[in-house]
Amino acid sequence: MTQISVRVDGVTYTDDVEPRTLLVHYLREQVGKVGTVVGCDTSNCGACTVHLDGEAVKSCTVFAVQADGSEVTTIEGIAAPDGALHPMQKAFHEMHGLQCGFCTPGMIMAAIDLVGDNPDPSEDEVREGIEGNLCRCTGYQNIVRAVQQAAAEMRGAGVQATPETAGAQA
Amino acid sequence: MTVTEERAGQEVGKARLRKEDARLITGRTTWTDNMVLPGMLHVAVLRSPVAHARITSIDASAAKDAPGVVAVFTGQDLKDEQGSIPCAWPVTPDMVNPGHPSIAVDQVNHVGEAVAVVVARSKAAAADALELVDIDYDLLPPVLDMEEAVKEGADLVHGHTQSNTSFHFVFDGGEAGTAGDTDQAFADADVVVSRRFVQQRLIPAFMEPRSVVVQPQGDNFTLWSATQIPHILRVMGAMVTGIPEHKLRVVAPDVGGGFGGKLQVTPEEILCLLIARRLRKPVKWTESRSESLMSGHHGRDQIQYIDIAADREGHIKGLRCRILSDMGAYLRLVTPGIPILGAFMYVGIYKFPAYRFECDGIFTTKTPTDAYRGAGRPEATFAVERIMDELAVELGMDPIELRRKNWIKADEFPFTTAAGLAYDSGDYDAATAEAMRLFGYDELRAEQQRRRESNDPVQLGIGVSTFTEMCGLAPSRVLGSLSYGAGGWEHAAIRMLPTGKVEVVTGSSAHGQGHETAWSQLVADRLGVPFEDIEVLHGDTSISPRGMDTYGSRSLTVGGSAVVKAADKVVEKARRIAAHLLEANEDDLEFTAGKFAVRGTPGSEVSIQEIALATFAAHNYPEGIEPSIDAEMTFDPENFSFPHGTHLCAAEVDTETGRVTIRKYACVDDVGTIVNPLIVEGQVHGGLAQGIAQALYEEAVYDADGNLTTGTFVDYLVPSAADLPHFDTGNTVHTAPGNPIGAKGVGEAGTIASTPAVVNSVLDAVRHLGVSDIRMPMTPERVWRAVHQGGDGEGRGTAGTVAYGGAQTETTAGVATDASSLGGDR
Repeated sequence: MTQISVRVDGVTYTDDVEPRTLLVHYLREQVGKVGTVVGCDTSNCGACTVHLDGEAVKSCTVFAVQADGSEVTTIEGIAAPDGALHPMQKAFHEMHGLQCGFCTPGMIMAAIDLVGDNPDPSEDEVREGIEGNLCRCTGYQNIVRAVQQAAAEMRGAGVQATPETAGAQA
Repeated sequence: MTVTEERAGQEVGKARLRKEDARLITGRTTWTDNMVLPGMLHVAVLRSPVAHARITSIDASAAKDAPGVVAVFTGQDLKDEQGSIPCAWPVTPDMVNPGHPSIAVDQVNHVGEAVAVVVARSKAAAADALELVDIDYDLLPPVLDMEEAVKEGADLVHGHTQSNTSFHFVFDGGEAGTAGDTDQAFADADVVVSRRFVQQRLIPAFMEPRSVVVQPQGDNFTLWSATQIPHILRVMGAMVTGIPEHKLRVVAPDVGGGFGGKLQVTPEEILCLLIARRLRKPVKWTESRSESLMSGHHGRDQIQYIDIAADREGHIKGLRCRILSDMGAYLRLVTPGIPILGAFMYVGIYKFPAYRFECDGIFTTKTPTDAYRGAGRPEATFAVERIMDELAVELGMDPIELRRKNWIKADEFPFTTAAGLAYDSGDYDAATAEAMRLFGYDELRAEQQRRRESNDPVQLGIGVSTFTEMCGLAPSRVLGSLSYGAGGWEHAAIRMLPTGKVEVVTGSSAHGQGHETAWSQLVADRLGVPFEDIEVLHGDTSISPRGMDTYGSRSLTVGGSAVVKAADKVVEKARRIAAHLLEANEDDLEFTAGKFAVRGTPGSEVSIQEIALATFAAHNYPEGIEPSIDAEMTFDPENFSFPHGTHLCAAEVDTETGRVTIRKYACVDDVGTIVNPLIVEGQVHGGLAQGIAQALYEEAVYDADGNLTTGTFVDYLVPSAADLPHFDTGNTVHTAPGNPIGAKGVGEAGTIASTPAVVNSVLDAVRHLGVSDIRMPMTPERVWRAVHQGGDGEGRGTAGTVAYGGAQTETTAGVATDASSLGGDR
């Protein structure tokens, strides 16, 4: 066992972990951050994506011990303290960017990182940017819409696509 | 959009944002694997590494002694109580069902079959101990190729059966009286085109891995599972384990997708029940992705021999389908029924005068197959939409023109097909015209011509698919006539709470479809109460005691109809109390926007929410009735519903690399009444992604020893955002007459329609280069091979393990040529 100290969603946790423990298992089983989920064994699906010191990582590809001394942000830590949704969460809701919602935490965390790197991504840039995150429900089109809407809001342009637009089909 | 803008009667048709999202976008979810119970033990399953073998010995002693391990069970330990995984659909009276143990006792029949179970205090300890279980196998020959498996003297999957054939199912329109004589139709035809199509094996690949938790409480058990079918699971779980049904509660909490893949009673669910009963402790099992891909049931996997007969003018005369359908090693819940669901759809939207279908269900040493989005209907649609294109080529006709000449016209509905189904409503001309407009059909055809003339290395092809499907599974009597083991009704209950809030209980068990939102819209309109005042409850047999669950595009058409009819009962019960309170005659009351008012007497009104409170108090209600306006409804449809649509795909094919890029995809679907356009569009998008994935990306491949070589997401290519195009979608609306909503079902439409549209488009791009077929998925390698070496691109697995072969054309009736005049055959 190795002792680590990790700040997760603004709270510092000090725990003993096995050196082989993956960050995602530490988050789910020891910290109780079950909003972050496991979708595969091979780092293909991205469902477990969190931010480690501000960068999106697949938390199944990081050992818990590697996060020692770091700051981890999960899907549970991105809304404002008063509960106001992060623009990316809001956009996924408004653009119907999720169905079953299992990939959604990872997808949102990856998308926030993408928009951090590229504040105004084109459709193709969004598609390339989230290709490490698999979704089986949506066919991605509404995820792309959501990421672009959130990007607009995050850069302050205030572009508001309405749900009626999204539902108008084509 | 604000609440105050909304009025009763306006919810249906509105692009309501989903109620479900709040918990899903914040991570406040209840996936089964999130659950932790005091004293809970963890189950890990050891799986067979070989396809076909006798188990000669198992030594679990080291595993039992491993740190943290509480127990190890093998098939020998559980054989007397495990029963068989149920098969609810004996499709013929003499169907052979060899039985399906949850854990192998003395023989394994596919890679991934459970052979031992370790129970430990932590998941890691259980997984570690799996490696300490020592098993000796005496190998048997794998049975992998269906066409070999049906030959005389073939190696048998199950040694105690006579052959590898489970059943032979025939539907003959002539014998059934729904169509003419098929043999005569073919004998009389000017043109017969014959093809052999391969529906590769797919894996549903829901994103949430399956997970099961069982908590024993005295004689009672609660089973949480990532399942589509909590109600069916309860019945079947009770029957298999002997736990009395009333002592078993099943809960499907948040479920992360299913696509048919969680329409199952799984070995792991049964094993967890058995282990929890033995140990009297709560247990949890959650699969890894590789376990999921090799042990969760697969889908598709058919070889289709299709013959179409026509005259020279393009009037179709007959359709003959012979199907080999891979059951895998065992029959699961509806394994044999999947190809039979397609049996009545091969005629598509066309007026075939003659139709014959036969299907053999074949055992192989592979993972069992069962429902995957569309379940039998994608296979049928693929066959008819592909053969129509081949016939068009043979006749030198435009593929859309050929279809138009033969499809059912709008004024011919209801139309009974050669397969005996009564199609309810639609307009194929209108949907096609709108799809062609969305698509920019003429411009793309012109560009195709330019590229062809300039010999562009990147050729453009256009593919069409005009599909229909039978949805709203299903009229119970029809299921009975097909020997299905249950009905197809759905149940709903509505509870009016004292404060005027409404609880809607539904037997439809959602796993991403948005039932909570759509059902709220339905009830808001029907009862005239605000959308926000409605809570939809589902997925727990103690809350929603009756149901048939969610699959087959049935939820809205059947489950939603039950909800609507239950709401109507609430209104009728409330009417009596309203009349009493308003001191009026029931017949003088009108109910609008949630209020009963006395006709012609302004100001005398009472809302249904006020009646709910008055009924709760029960101080003042009519004599002779119960003080309740709650209601239940079980809705059993009288017919299927038949959504339809026209899908158009333009594909760019790089003839130098074999790479296929979808340039444009447009579709117009008629799904009847649209309750929520946002949800409908999302369902179409997701369906398209899966249908396109079958055409271009996904295939479960077995090697010559029967190992699944696509056992991770590295090898099984679920498409990413970068692999899929933008979709242009639209709708026409012809309501379904068979249910009070007028909805037809949308969940499977995109998947069913898109696969042949994509394949037809790729072939259209390279047909002038001598290619007449390319096997799915149309990988760059296969496309390149087909273009440069002829043939259909060949199997990706080792020769002899994947169904293998090319197309054949009979240019005149009865005269077969093994190399097509169209070229490209092997």
